[in-house]
Amino acid sequence: MSQPGMTIIVKNTTRIIAGFIALFGVYIALTGHLSPGGGFAGGVILAAAAVLVVLAFGSGFAGRIVNEPKCHIWDGTGAMGFLVVALCGYITGGFFVNFIPIGTAHHLLSGGMIPLANLAILLKVGAGLAGAFVALSAFKYGRPRSIRRVGREL
Amino acid sequence: MGITIYLLTFAVLLVGLYIVVAKKNIIKIIVGVLIIDYAVNLLLVLVGYRSDGVAPILSPGQTAADLAETGVDPLPQAMVLTSIVIGLGITALMVSMAIRLHQKYGTFDMNRIRKLRG
Amino acid sequence: MGVEHFIVALILFMLIAALIAAETRDLLSAVICIGAAGFALSVIDLLLGAPDLAITQVVVEVIALVLLVRVVLRREDTSTTDARDALRTGAVLLAGGVLLVVTFVAVGGTGADGTIPAFGAATFANPDEALPSPVSSDYLAKGPAETGAANIVMAILLDYRAYDTLGEATVIFVSILGVYVILRQVGRRKQEPVL
Repeated sequence: MSQPGMTIIVKNTTRIIAGFIALFGVYIALTGHLSPGGGFAGGVILAAAAVLVVLAFGSGFAGRIVNEPKCHIWDGTGAMGFLVVALCGYITGGFFVNFIPIGTAHHLLSGGMIPLANLAILLKVGAGLAGAFVALSAFKYGRPRSIRRVGREL
Repeated sequence: MGITIYLLTFAVLLVGLYIVVAKKNIIKIIVGVLIIDYAVNLLLVLVGYRSDGVAPILSPGQTAADLAETGVDPLPQAMVLTSIVIGLGITALMVSMAIRLHQKYGTFDMNRIRKLRG
Repeated sequence: MGVEHFIVALILFMLIAALIAAETRDLLSAVICIGAAGFALSVIDLLLGAPDLAITQVVVEVIALVLLVRVVLRREDTSTTDARDALRTGAVLLAGGVLLVVTFVAVGGTGADGTIPAFGAATFANPDEALPSPVSSDYLAKGPAETGAANIVMAILLDYRAYDTLGEATVIFVSILGVYVILRQVGRRKQEPVL
């Protein structure tokens, strides 16, 4: 087994369950106004799915699925989406004013802008933390040459 | 009983403070900051608790006035929810600083890093 | 046996885990102890009626544990060299004692002078009709009608106090940006001399 990453058992298990974990994160975020959860918890679960992929396949191969430029794009999309939701409040009143009819509680389409804001937070937190983990795991651990010289002097 | 809970929470915070001030290893210092984070979050949630309180989520068939009689304080929970995720971001920042320092100096020990700088 | 006893037991567990994390010589043990403390904290959140916090704390704990274990594993020096000087430790213990006494006085003076509220007292439910009701009871009583969300925590986070969430998103953005800036390889022309 000279391939990067873990054994074939871990890789196959990851292939099966990583999508479900990401789907669960999206579900947690989209029903955040009805049940416990919300964008923050969903975003961290989404990042956990990305962490699982990177750990199982190694950062080189998993770079096709989860890599830094993608994470930057989705991170910025989430932040801009949150600001756009906030700015749309000017349609009816001001910054962060609810501009969608709030509906009745306990329905999926209720809460006005809260599901949209949850979705934006989901992208923001998930992509941000996944990108940070990718950057940490792709870091080269070798020591520069000038350091060894100083270490010998000690 | 109430005073015991608060004092134990402060004891956890003090252990974290002790780690941050007295330990010389960078990973230990990160662990200490995390412990302080946990203790402060726990203290905020404890202040908002009400005896025999229920979660501040409206169940179907329950009126809002009913929830106002029995629910716990939702405001500290909202603040702590953001604080937990910020704690994870700060952890990632500290970890990246630590591995940069380890790459540059080859150790996690603050004393040896100071000596290497001369 | 009320919920308070479980909470005291779990905070004691957190305290023991923190002490082991402070005094163990193996960095991997310290990291695993902090994970144990975090999971205990998530159970405490569940007992305190905060399921949102419990979910978030569990997942955050897993990712933080993975991050820290990745750093600690496969490093050359996993053993700590504790050069503990007595002056510094003594100062910390003195400050801690003073803080504990101040806390004890503050907690002991609950109710009348309104410092730290007693555990389990509903401080936001104002029995006095003359005073305006505190904001938390208004959130609980009017939140579902005003925002349409059944989860009052989300109603506060994304509707009543969305400015806080915007600031928080900014903090996360900046911290993740800091990770990228610290770790990136390009842009360094040459290895600068250390001295």
